[in-house]
Amino acid sequence: MAELSFDNLSLERAERLVAEGLSALVTSGAALLLLGPNGSGKSSLLRALAGLMLPAAGRIAWDGADIAKAADAHRARLGFIGHQDAVKPGLSVAENLGFWAGFGGGDVKAALAAFKLANLADRPARFLSAGQRRRLALSRLALRRSALWLLDEPTTALDSDSRQAFLALLRDHLDGGGIAVIATHEDLGIDAQRLTLQAPQKSVRSSGAAA
Amino acid sequence: MSAFFALIHRDLLLAYRQGIDGWVVVLFFLAAGILFPFAIGPEPDAMARVAIGVVLSVAALAALLSLDRLYQADFDDGSLDQIALSALPLELTALAKALVHWLSTGLPLLAAAPILALMLNAPSARYLPMLAALALATPALSLLGGLGAALTIGSRRGGILLTLLILPLYVPVLIFAAGAVGFSDAVLPEDATNRGFGAHLLLLGGIDLALLAITPWATAAALRQALRA
Repeated sequence: MAELSFDNLSLERAERLVAEGLSALVTSGAALLLLGPNGSGKSSLLRALAGLMLPAAGRIAWDGADIAKAADAHRARLGFIGHQDAVKPGLSVAENLGFWAGFGGGDVKAALAAFKLANLADRPARFLSAGQRRRLALSRLALRRSALWLLDEPTTALDSDSRQAFLALLRDHLDGGGIAVIATHEDLGIDAQRLTLQAPQKSVRSSGAAA
Repeated sequence: MSAFFALIHRDLLLAYRQGIDGWVVVLFFLAAGILFPFAIGPEPDAMARVAIGVVLSVAALAALLSLDRLYQADFDDGSLDQIALSALPLELTALAKALVHWLSTGLPLLAAAPILALMLNAPSARYLPMLAALALATPALSLLGGLGAALTIGSRRGGILLTLLILPLYVPVLIFAAGAVGFSDAVLPEDATNRGFGAHLLLLGGIDLALLAITPWATAAALRQALRA
């Protein structure tokens, strides 16, 4: 049983407080949905959980051990999909996936199949629609198994079929003992913990978010 | 290690597909070099004296051209996040990017340098020394340029800032490159000429090695900073 926890986390961006007092604990097989208005620090929290950003205060731990102290091991267990797609317009769909597979290993065919991208495999990514680009980004999750998914608005621009494909992949991940933290505005229709973030008040220290 | 080559392969493929980048650098190099005869005047002697200096300084300027996209493109589309989260250390990412810059900019410049030297009526005895100096100078330009590109990620008008930041650091490289070429037809005994030429090339190589040891770490630190902001 693995667990991801963060305790009394404060996040700063460009020396401005974007979130404070965030705490949660997620265990194997569970998902945590990050809810809250724009600018409430959901993306920053995901970046902090990935280790890309250092929290201004508080601590993030995997199985009780601070992630900053074992950064390599933490990176190795991550599947991170930010709000940007990390898709290169100059490469074809298969080449994009192949690059990331070459980067950390993985099965391009399976990833293409996960979001029904096989018939678009040779298409240059510059000719993809927003939804297709998002599918390509999400299919990176199917390249290989990772213990922890950090997803920023994964279902943006997805049609209902692709949404279902994503939810199936997510359920598979959770059933396999994975953990997912997902920032979203949509009701994904999955059984999950919720954390509502609020933008911190300027001068008044807010009581933070309730888990 | 496979990630290191995957990154180089992808970036070279993208540079080749976009096609323009490499050519723009070479065309800028030739076009900027061609301005000098118009400004200096038509006397062949005057041109011959400054020709190599022009080739070297214009090459340094041309090497700056494609730098601002080196990391910015990956930063803008989120690829840099993914690269930073991969098993490839950012230090090796920095090395791969500098190598890509050299392959897509330094190498074409090296190929175009004799053409510009010919157009500027450079003394024929200086061609080989010039190529030797450039071959050792361009890796330094790429390593320093990569550092500058990482430092200016996300800043507005990054290209201008990058130029101002990096050009002063190019000065020592230019000095030793020009010094090496300067010795190649000095009116000195042959022995002294060879020693002077060799000494400057060794210094250039020394700069390359020092930068190879320092810039990947400095660049990685700058990348980390950019990702945290």
